[in-house]
Amino acid sequence: MPTETKAQDGAPTIGSDAAPLEFREVVKHYPGAERPAVNKLSLEVPAGEICVLVGPSGCGKTTAMRMVNRMIDISDGDILIGGKSVRDRRPSELRREIGYVIQQIGLFPHKTIGENIATVPHLLGWNKQRTNERVEELLELIGLPGDFRDRYPSQLSGGQRQRVGVARALAADPPLMLMDEPFGAIDPINRERLQNEFLRLQAELRKTIVFVTHDIDEAIKMGDRIAILKEGGILAQYATPAELLMYPASPFVEDFVGSDRALKRLALQRVRDIDLWTAPLVRIGEPVSEVKAKLSEADLEIPLVVDDQGRPKGWLSERGLQGERVREDFRSPAEPIVELDDILRDALSDLLSADSQYGPVVDADGRVAGVLSIEALSHALSVPAEHLPSATELAISTAEHDAADGAEEFA
Amino acid sequence: MTTIFAALGPFGDAIDFIFQQRESQAGTVQVGGLGEIWELTWMHLKLSLAATAIATAVALPIGVWLGHIGRYQFLAISTSNIGRAVPALGLVVFFIAFLGVGFGNVCLALVLLAIPPIITNAYVGIRGVDRETVDAAKGNGLTGMQIAGRVELPLALPTIMAGIRIALVSVIATATIAPLANVDTLGRPIVSPNVYGTAGQLAACIVVALVTFAADAAMAALQRAVTPRGIKIQASQSRSRGRRFVSPKRSIQST
Amino acid sequence: MSDLTYIPVLAQLNDDFFGNREGAADRCPGNNGLCPGWIADNFSDYLHPFWEHVLLSIVPLAIGFVIATSLALFAHRYRVAQPFFLAFVGALFTIPSIAFYLILLNITGRGFGTAVVVLTAYTQVLIYRNVMTGLQEVPAETVDVANGMGLSQRQILFRVELPMALPTIFAGLRIAASSTVGIAGFAFFAGAGGLGGEIFSDPAFKGNVVTASLLMILLATALELIVLLVQRLCTPWERAVAT
Repeated sequence: MPTETKAQDGAPTIGSDAAPLEFREVVKHYPGAERPAVNKLSLEVPAGEICVLVGPSGCGKTTAMRMVNRMIDISDGDILIGGKSVRDRRPSELRREIGYVIQQIGLFPHKTIGENIATVPHLLGWNKQRTNERVEELLELIGLPGDFRDRYPSQLSGGQRQRVGVARALAADPPLMLMDEPFGAIDPINRERLQNEFLRLQAELRKTIVFVTHDIDEAIKMGDRIAILKEGGILAQYATPAELLMYPASPFVEDFVGSDRALKRLALQRVRDIDLWTAPLVRIGEPVSEVKAKLSEADLEIPLVVDDQGRPKGWLSERGLQGERVREDFRSPAEPIVELDDILRDALSDLLSADSQYGPVVDADGRVAGVLSIEALSHALSVPAEHLPSATELAISTAEHDAADGAEEFA
Repeated sequence: MTTIFAALGPFGDAIDFIFQQRESQAGTVQVGGLGEIWELTWMHLKLSLAATAIATAVALPIGVWLGHIGRYQFLAISTSNIGRAVPALGLVVFFIAFLGVGFGNVCLALVLLAIPPIITNAYVGIRGVDRETVDAAKGNGLTGMQIAGRVELPLALPTIMAGIRIALVSVIATATIAPLANVDTLGRPIVSPNVYGTAGQLAACIVVALVTFAADAAMAALQRAVTPRGIKIQASQSRSRGRRFVSPKRSIQST
Repeated sequence: MSDLTYIPVLAQLNDDFFGNREGAADRCPGNNGLCPGWIADNFSDYLHPFWEHVLLSIVPLAIGFVIATSLALFAHRYRVAQPFFLAFVGALFTIPSIAFYLILLNITGRGFGTAVVVLTAYTQVLIYRNVMTGLQEVPAETVDVANGMGLSQRQILFRVELPMALPTIFAGLRIAASSTVGIAGFAFFAGAGGLGGEIFSDPAFKGNVVTASLLMILLATALELIVLLVQRLCTPWERAVAT
């Protein structure tokens, strides 16, 4: 049981129950339809990974997902979970071992949160104590206080309800989870939070997940592997996000991913991953002669004033260098300040909105670690990265950093 | 013919009563036959239609207006609650006892009986009109009265008609005891079996049941006739679309 | 008020249905026949009809509820049956109650049983329609997710759909409750007594009419409140304050 692995213990292990999933030449043909809705779909999802099915509407992504738990019958071909065909089991039995999350959430309004979460354990005949413990565990996992278990869905916000929906799907610790646009009905701000929280959860639990979305950005963010489907249920490309961005297999994929592929890569890297510029760090009162020496060595010839702890205070103006010692005279404030762990895309966004070419980069203690400039960013874009991390790897690395820093898990 | 009627027992006798005149129980007058049945039916219809029409004229504007302004919901709900609790028999007899006999008094009692379903359905029907449609109408510059009359009323008409239909059926049923107020509806043979015989009583029951069904069918046809075409199409679409999920035993068509 | 044809008719009616009783003139001459004194003195006379009326209301409600719910569950599963059932229960409701009582009485005889059959028939349309609507109003996605989690058809019906339909079902039951009390007012036509019988035995006497009518109104309201109370008890989630 993977329940004992938590971020604090160190490197998470793959959920021991997570099973690999395989689509083998799966076809779905509706009677009377010209073309099949899903046409010989074949792909393999390794255990513990998130596979995102993405594509324009009518591409059969939801149909394909719903064939896994037999909500839709398979016309031809087979789907194997952990090597066993889904056709071998009775549908209701099969479904009790697959977590299922939908866009509209679908919490039962007449049951408490605790009862909602306990739905599948109840079906499987777990005893009361085991169920209660599991409910408490899950509430903690999704970051809701224990007394929420006796509340009703109508008393929760949309984001809280969606988290309960995820907890409910995880309750019986299934080896596989199906998620159909789970964050689609949430407003964009909370959606990003939920996505991040979910990725942190996945870093701990490492379930095999099939995730359907129409949003390519969400696919790149969430997926370990992405399957782009064309209309008519045809697989256009099945690859990691990095491969997809760098080597799109066809004009259709290129088009779907968007002409801003290069920019999308920025979502996969952190500030610490690229080569940062250096700028001379000076303190108020420092002898000007020493400063001048540093200037020529640095990438950026503008002095950055820091305090005693090394935290940035502002960029020094020329007047500050007139005289014997450095005087406090700023040409511009230190902002925008970027952190080492920031996703590159967000950092670029900060720079652009502040209308600034560069900004100081600080570490977890606030000390200057370098300077991020737009030029450095575009240089990083042009260099083909050998290995861009996947979403889960990003999440794991964040979890490790968080654990090391003792940071709070959920807002 | 008479043997078939005899085989049907009391019903046969009753049907015979409808078509053939016979002597009353006391032997003093002739009762039965199509002529008398028609007279009684006509009075019954007059009373029922009058009461329903008056009730509609009174209750419909009130219900529509309450629905339109959307306030005083408590009033509409209470009217229907109280209306339900008051028994029809009690109401009619109460009016006869306190106001006396005659067409007017019993009609008044029936009007009161008919008002609750009409007000409630008018209120619910108007409230049920899509708020966005009303908004759009307001945005296009229609006044309150115009919105109520040209937008809400037509869209609520099916529900309103349903209310009037319920009211009419209740009134026809209750008009059966109008003879207590000396208004000779089809209830006359029912409350006076000593004169008309059990055959007459049963005959009147059959006729009044048929009249009620006929009136209900007529109202249903009227209801269909006033349903805007767009709504009919919408309703049939949602019926044929069926449900969008699958049971473990069946496969689905999903979009 | 004394029309020549009126009193003899009623007198005859009395003899036919109820046997002889005192005339209005003998009681409570003042205040036109409505004296609290008389009501207080003779109240106990109303108790037996009142309890008859209670039985006439509750028994058909209970039986009718079971039948209508069964019909609705069947129609919910086998959709083809829906239009037929709806037409059938609607037709039952359209038959005027007095006619129904008298017609049925020729088939099943006078008495409590016949009245119960008639009253049960009248509860059908109200309860059947509300159970159907309640079930149909369960959002499709909630049923979808229940399916996806592995609940069987039967489990979905009893653990998800029916509980969610309870508020609508109870609303139908409430309306059926007061409606039944009203229609039971005519049950004496089937020879089943009840408060309606009291009214009809002496419709000219105001004290009688008022007392019996008020008791019926009281019963109707009480039954509705009881159903409402049961509804509140069975649906705790409706009371939860939404954020």
